[in-house]
Amino acid sequence: MKKLVKYLKGYEKETILAPLFKMLEAFFDLLVPLVVADIIDVGITSGNMQYILIRVFLMIALAALGLASSITAQFYAAKSSVGFATKLRQVTFDHIQSLSYTEIDTLGTSTLVTRLTSDINQTQNGLNMALRLLLRSPFIVFGSMVMAFTIDFKSALVFAVSIPVLGVVVYGIILICIPLYKKAQSRLDAVTELTRENLTGVRVIRAFCKEEDEIADFDEKNTALTKMNEFVGSISALMNPLTFLLINIATIILIKTGALQVNLGAIQQGDVVALYNYMAQMIIELVKLANLIVTINKGVACAERVSAILDVKSSMEYKNASAAGSDGSGVVRFDNVSFKYAGAGENAISSIDFEALKGQTIGIIGGTGSGKSTLVNLISRFYDATEGTVSIDGIDVKDYAKGELIEKIGVVPQKAVLFKGTIRENMRWGKEDATDEEIWQALETAQAKEVVLGKSGKLDFVIEQGGKNLSGGQRQRLTIARALVKRPEILILDDSASALDFATDAALRKAIAGMGNGITTFIVSQRTSSIMHSDNIIVLEDGEMIGKGTHSELMESSQTYREIYYSQFPEERPENKKTEEAMA
Amino acid sequence: MKGKTNSDTLRKVLKVISSYHIFLILSIIFAAVSVILQLYIPLLFGDAIDNIIAEGKVDFAALGVVLSKILTLVVITSIATWIMNMLNNTITYRVVRDIRSRAIRQIQGVPLGFIDQHSVGDIVSRVIADADQLSDGLLLGFNQLFSGIIMIIVTLIFMFSKSVAITLFVVIMTPVSFIVAKFIAQRSFSMFKLQSETRGEQTALIDEMIGNAKVVKAFGYEDDSSERFNEINLRLQKYSQNAVFYSSLVNPSTRFVNSVIYAIVTLAGAFSILGGSLTVGGLSVLLNYANQYMKPFNDISAVITELQNALACAARLFELIEKERENDGNAELDEAAGEVDIENVSFSYVKEKKLIEDFSLKIKPGTRVAIVGPTGCGKTTMINLLMRFYDVDKGDIKVDEESIYEVSRHSLRRNYGMVLQDTWIKNGTVRDNINVGKPDATDEEIIKAAKEAHSWEFIKRLPKKLDTVLNEDSLSQGQKQLLCITRVMLCLPPMLILDEATSSIDTRTELLIQEAFDKMMKGRTSFIVAHRLSTIRNADIILVMKDGHIIEQGNHEELMAKNGFYTNLYNSQFARVS
Repeated sequence: MKKLVKYLKGYEKETILAPLFKMLEAFFDLLVPLVVADIIDVGITSGNMQYILIRVFLMIALAALGLASSITAQFYAAKSSVGFATKLRQVTFDHIQSLSYTEIDTLGTSTLVTRLTSDINQTQNGLNMALRLLLRSPFIVFGSMVMAFTIDFKSALVFAVSIPVLGVVVYGIILICIPLYKKAQSRLDAVTELTRENLTGVRVIRAFCKEEDEIADFDEKNTALTKMNEFVGSISALMNPLTFLLINIATIILIKTGALQVNLGAIQQGDVVALYNYMAQMIIELVKLANLIVTINKGVACAERVSAILDVKSSMEYKNASAAGSDGSGVVRFDNVSFKYAGAGENAISSIDFEALKGQTIGIIGGTGSGKSTLVNLISRFYDATEGTVSIDGIDVKDYAKGELIEKIGVVPQKAVLFKGTIRENMRWGKEDATDEEIWQALETAQAKEVVLGKSGKLDFVIEQGGKNLSGGQRQRLTIARALVKRPEILILDDSASALDFATDAALRKAIAGMGNGITTFIVSQRTSSIMHSDNIIVLEDGEMIGKGTHSELMESSQTYREIYYSQFPEERPENKKTEEAMA
Repeated sequence: MKGKTNSDTLRKVLKVISSYHIFLILSIIFAAVSVILQLYIPLLFGDAIDNIIAEGKVDFAALGVVLSKILTLVVITSIATWIMNMLNNTITYRVVRDIRSRAIRQIQGVPLGFIDQHSVGDIVSRVIADADQLSDGLLLGFNQLFSGIIMIIVTLIFMFSKSVAITLFVVIMTPVSFIVAKFIAQRSFSMFKLQSETRGEQTALIDEMIGNAKVVKAFGYEDDSSERFNEINLRLQKYSQNAVFYSSLVNPSTRFVNSVIYAIVTLAGAFSILGGSLTVGGLSVLLNYANQYMKPFNDISAVITELQNALACAARLFELIEKERENDGNAELDEAAGEVDIENVSFSYVKEKKLIEDFSLKIKPGTRVAIVGPTGCGKTTMINLLMRFYDVDKGDIKVDEESIYEVSRHSLRRNYGMVLQDTWIKNGTVRDNINVGKPDATDEEIIKAAKEAHSWEFIKRLPKKLDTVLNEDSLSQGQKQLLCITRVMLCLPPMLILDEATSSIDTRTELLIQEAFDKMMKGRTSFIVAHRLSTIRNADIILVMKDGHIIEQGNHEELMAKNGFYTNLYNSQFARVS
């Protein structure tokens, strides 16, 4: 929380001046009852019309001065709080982008989005309110008290007692309610969750005739929420009547004390009116203060959530310059590599050893959760190996400067994500200055030329957010093209052809092989047909490499590989072949 | 037109609240008591001050009477306010509860088409956010509107009782403060609009770049996205600063107008006192009222916006709540043998776009029917019709010679076991998720089913096995599918529907499950939708669909012999590419 203060840098002047001007405004406000008292005690008593007139003009002048101070204060407060939020937002955005995959996995992207949007907005509101009111309200409250003391010491004691009592009551109720509100909120979350569940699962619920059970479950949670709400409601409902009661009792005592003092001749009738007015002014400010505390509390909670994100350090460090000693061989090498996800109990992959030569195609196959994607994620250093080393060109991937590794590698992720913008803009992600010619070439290799030619505007066709206006297969081809535009030395296809039919998949692989710049390709797939022609195939099971070799070698040596193969090509199974031959 | 729909919605809202009409009436009565007393009390304070004239001239007896009267009324006011608050809470929260509970029944009862047409987020926000907004806005709105009006009237009466001239002056000056507020609000409105537009733009960028942070990193796009973010952020700073500043001017400006009015009232009051038509206490009262006279006006204008919002939310809610429920057949379908007759069925989701036309098929018990075709060809539509998620436009579907439209949905659906591509895991334990179709199943039965479906391999590795609590994210897509298969394995109804049931499971595991499926399908009528043709080769009848039409039908050999669309499809999957 304290760390966030530094983002006020550049707005020090505004941050200090805003509350000061607000206090100035309050000061002018405080003078008004004094003037009114003068009018009553001096002007009316003596019947001096001119005196009254001058005082009334003084009141208007005070109001005008108050307005001017207030506007100045609001301006500075707006400038400071918005400036602070803008800076904080940029810093947080950049910070989130600097986090590694491990942190993104742990935090989850939806939280990060909330912190960047609503949390920072709340912080801005909190700060703005704090600048405007945090000094002003207490100033008026205590100011009223001080003024009251200047009028009459005895009467003013009523203020001195009533302020803390009111404070305790208001703050006590807030304190009791805050945790209860949190509880109510979590019950509301449960109701929301259940509603969502009922909608996403509507087919299953109906297929299993579970409608009544779901309704009963919902009713139970709904009633629990209502009970909680009513309970908190009945406590917070005390706030207004209780403060009203206390304030008026204080006022009664004040008037009674005032009456005694007037009777003794210590003060005059006008002074009682002034005391009464100060009491009224103080009350208004106390109510504001209570609301302010709630808003600021919210702001502080949000600021803490943002601060927590800024405290998360990237677990990945980069060298400033790449280590020397590149052998330029283009070899990708795994040397006894193991990797465990943060917080996971077991290794995702263990003791992987292999070498991919420049220009080779490496197939990686295995069941769901066998560690295929994990393995290729280590090449582009999305995660750091827990044990062993991954090296490219003879240099450990950890010894490359930031950005240089990414230059070399084109990644096509499992999920085909495209961004809002034209096809051209999307294609330029890998290479900012790619020419149309280069883009078309990549599109052709990725079997996406027809897709683009079929769109109005061709490369200028605007892709909607999330690529909604494209089919799954189209998206996948475009993401492949995007990786190819920069002509990477290493291409990683992480199960990226799953939405393509077999013929397109084959044509794609042929085209990549024909690119002719000795591109080293890693293909992750569940389909044997996608990887069976690779120079080297790695078979993974539960994170272990249980087979390595060419298709024909593995057909001989690996039981698992054979099973996978036959599960997809049943007619190739020896016993099936025999029957077919027999039938023929 | 718009006014009419608004009043229509309002009428419906009142009907919802009507079950709490006693609470509502009581709340209004207590509100009136509370407001009137709150305004009357300062008047009494004025009287009290009038008893404090000068040194030695304080009428303590009269003062005591007034002050004890004040104390009594203050206590009454506090109690009335508290009761009113409690009543309002009760009405608000119970109305929301009632609306939500109606909504959930509706979600279970409306035709599936309605749910399919709306996004989940949309309906959830109606049930949660709109319901809250409705109750808050409407009930508190009504209440504030009501107390605001009483407050203005009573204030004016009290003020007139003190001085007609001064009160008239205050009334005449009322619009000034409004005009000032409106003038500023209009200026700040355009700034707010720019601010929210820019904020939307920024949120979209955040969603894209942070939501896909991994892709951004893979391409080293961080600097570019930071730059894009910065550009929007700076624009937002400019607009926000203006919006915040301009909108914060409303308060001081109206306060200034009020201060001027206050000063003039003081002046006029002072002269009136000198003229003998007003007392000092009376002036004090007038000043106090002049100060708070504007507040209800500001409240009311805020309330009107709130009410409009609430009505808009109510309209969205009623669209859901008033949607007609599905009608249901009366007869009960017993455990079926599994004969399915599809007779001249026509169906389309949208009238203009014909989908299935005049389709007939007779399926004997125990037949294995496979439906294949490219993505989006309408395979799932057949499932929707068989399960009666949607009703046919024309024709009939019969199970064991009984029309599915004559029997209850529950009895029909109990005869089907269904596994869908879109897996659904509810918040609950693994056990809760498996025994959906057979709540009284023993652990032995569950484990047996899990073993058959090959889900036991991962369940047994979960920290608490069957008692592990799951949510949407705790399992991989493949594991979820295995779990859904286990569900059906456990209850085994006479007919089966497998809609891309193994699409996320690797082929080796799929092969193992296939054996279990084969065992399960033996003697059961089954419908299998798949895009992997290897899964459906053994089917008795294969329906080949394209663009919603069934273009070929027969078994694998017959279809291959035709050398048509199916043959093409099959070869494109299994072609040997070199």
